[in-house]
Amino acid sequence: MIRIEHLTRAFGIKEVLRDITLDIRKGEIFTLIGPSGSGKSTLIRLIDLLDSPSSGKIFFDGADTAGPEKDRLAIRRRMSMVFQKPAVLNTTVAENVAFGLKFRGVPAKEAEEKVRFALNLVGLADLYGRKAVTLSGGEMQRVALARAMVTEPEVLLLDEPTANLDPVSSEMIEDLIVRINKRFGTTMVMSTHDMVQGQRLADRIGVIMDGRLAQVGSSSEIFYQPKGRQIARFVGIDAITGGRVIENKGGHALIRVGETCFEALTPIPGGKRVSLCIRPEDVTLTPSDSVSEKTSMRNRIVGRIKKIVPSGPFVRVTVDCGFPLIALITRRSCTDLGLSPGSMVIAGVKATAIHVLPDDGVA
Amino acid sequence: MSDIVNGIVQAVDLIVTFNPEVMQIAALSLYISLSATIIAALIAIPAGALIHFNDFFGKRAVIIVIQTLYSVPTVVVGLILYLLISRSGPLGVLGLLFTPQGMILGQTILIIPIMIGLVISALSGIDRGISDTLLSLGATQFQKIIEIVREARFAILSAVVIGFGRAIAEVGVAMMIGGNIRDHTRVLTTAITLETGMGKFPLSIALGIILLIIALIVVVVLNLITSALSADMQQIAGRGPNG
Repeated sequence: MIRIEHLTRAFGIKEVLRDITLDIRKGEIFTLIGPSGSGKSTLIRLIDLLDSPSSGKIFFDGADTAGPEKDRLAIRRRMSMVFQKPAVLNTTVAENVAFGLKFRGVPAKEAEEKVRFALNLVGLADLYGRKAVTLSGGEMQRVALARAMVTEPEVLLLDEPTANLDPVSSEMIEDLIVRINKRFGTTMVMSTHDMVQGQRLADRIGVIMDGRLAQVGSSSEIFYQPKGRQIARFVGIDAITGGRVIENKGGHALIRVGETCFEALTPIPGGKRVSLCIRPEDVTLTPSDSVSEKTSMRNRIVGRIKKIVPSGPFVRVTVDCGFPLIALITRRSCTDLGLSPGSMVIAGVKATAIHVLPDDGVA
Repeated sequence: MSDIVNGIVQAVDLIVTFNPEVMQIAALSLYISLSATIIAALIAIPAGALIHFNDFFGKRAVIIVIQTLYSVPTVVVGLILYLLISRSGPLGVLGLLFTPQGMILGQTILIIPIMIGLVISALSGIDRGISDTLLSLGATQFQKIIEIVREARFAILSAVVIGFGRAIAEVGVAMMIGGNIRDHTRVLTTAITLETGMGKFPLSIALGIILLIIALIVVVVLNLITSALSADMQQIAGRGPNG
């Protein structure tokens, strides 16, 4: 649907986006995730033709978008965009939703029907005549979504649509995004710095780091097999550095980190330096004095608990095994196991839960 | 003290009896300043939009010059215009000196900078997100500008009202270009100056009160016009090119 080739965007000497090449498929939900300031919004604005690339090309449905303003307007009118901060104009909700139709010269009667339909879609039919500036943030964003959908766009762009909203409103918007995608087959490109949201909604994810498209793939690829330490960190993994592959037998490798040996699955041959990515929720903890039970865990490492930090219904336990290993367990199991800072534990990790990254200068 | 009390009593009398001379002066003032305000607004709103919506070299400098001209003394505008339109001046053939038309021209020149400046700040006050939102909804550049001007309507109205206030309250241009000729170019401010100089305080006070009443009426009417205008502009935007 949208093809981006070697796109670069610089403001002055600062390159905000560098050599982005990306294909967005018809009908999919594609999320762009990355830290704030990584260039997500700039890329989405470029796709909506609100800005022009410094170099490189964007194709919309096969057509080059670098034409005269008249052609760009025609292409822009096949898309819609929802912004992070919903900007409503100082008039009624209905008129706000009707803008796209007004600009396209849709007759008033037909426009009114469409506006009612769009407001119904987002569940705000009774706010039809209300002054838009009196709405709450969540309602404004739903109006923005209705306003974007009323023109029946082929592509809907969403720039961090829930970043300023409370959890309940966010969930409502997320729900609408998925429903609209299913019902109308609208291609969606959404940016977010919330990786969990990205994972929840997306068919495919693109990770933007420092202006570069660092990895594109399904959510399990991004979350379990990140292509670099920086991405790993962003998706919630603190990689363990300084490992070295000791031997590798048909993909089953033995990796030494400090005093500890890990078993992991990787094609990386012996002798290479590597980092290990272990998702904190894949680490189990047992008190060191407990009787060793039978387990499929290949890796059992003894360590001392350094700190315990609560995180919602979970706690993040940092275990010092010569290197810090982080486990995410429920509060209840933390209490049941009687864990406290200073106590010794055995950390268990399955060989299949370890993602091995080569240390080849890729940060 | 008795002068003031006496003045107010006589002033009320002059007003409620619709004293012909007072009414003629008030009407002329209103005609001249309102004409100047309308002409200035017709120039200043598009000019302000033009400056605001375009990026060009020296934009900052242009805005600074405009802001400096907010405080140009009325007598300086009067002097320069006098030199231009007097018989021997380059525009002398137009015969504008000591005419109401000359006064309208002078007041228009006087208030254009403040109107342009305030229109620019009114438009700058509209969130940048609005502009992007309108474009993303498929607006042409023209449709976008119309909607943003509409969104800024109340601030733009203030710009017009402030311009009118400066026009009706000024003495310099009215005196130097109009010449305070009875029944011809005598307006409220020049009349007040003259009558006060001659010690006729009641007439001066009456004229002063009328000046304030006129200001009140104009502000109320302009407010009503803005409400109606916003409905009209909506239709214009709907009919825009490519729309």
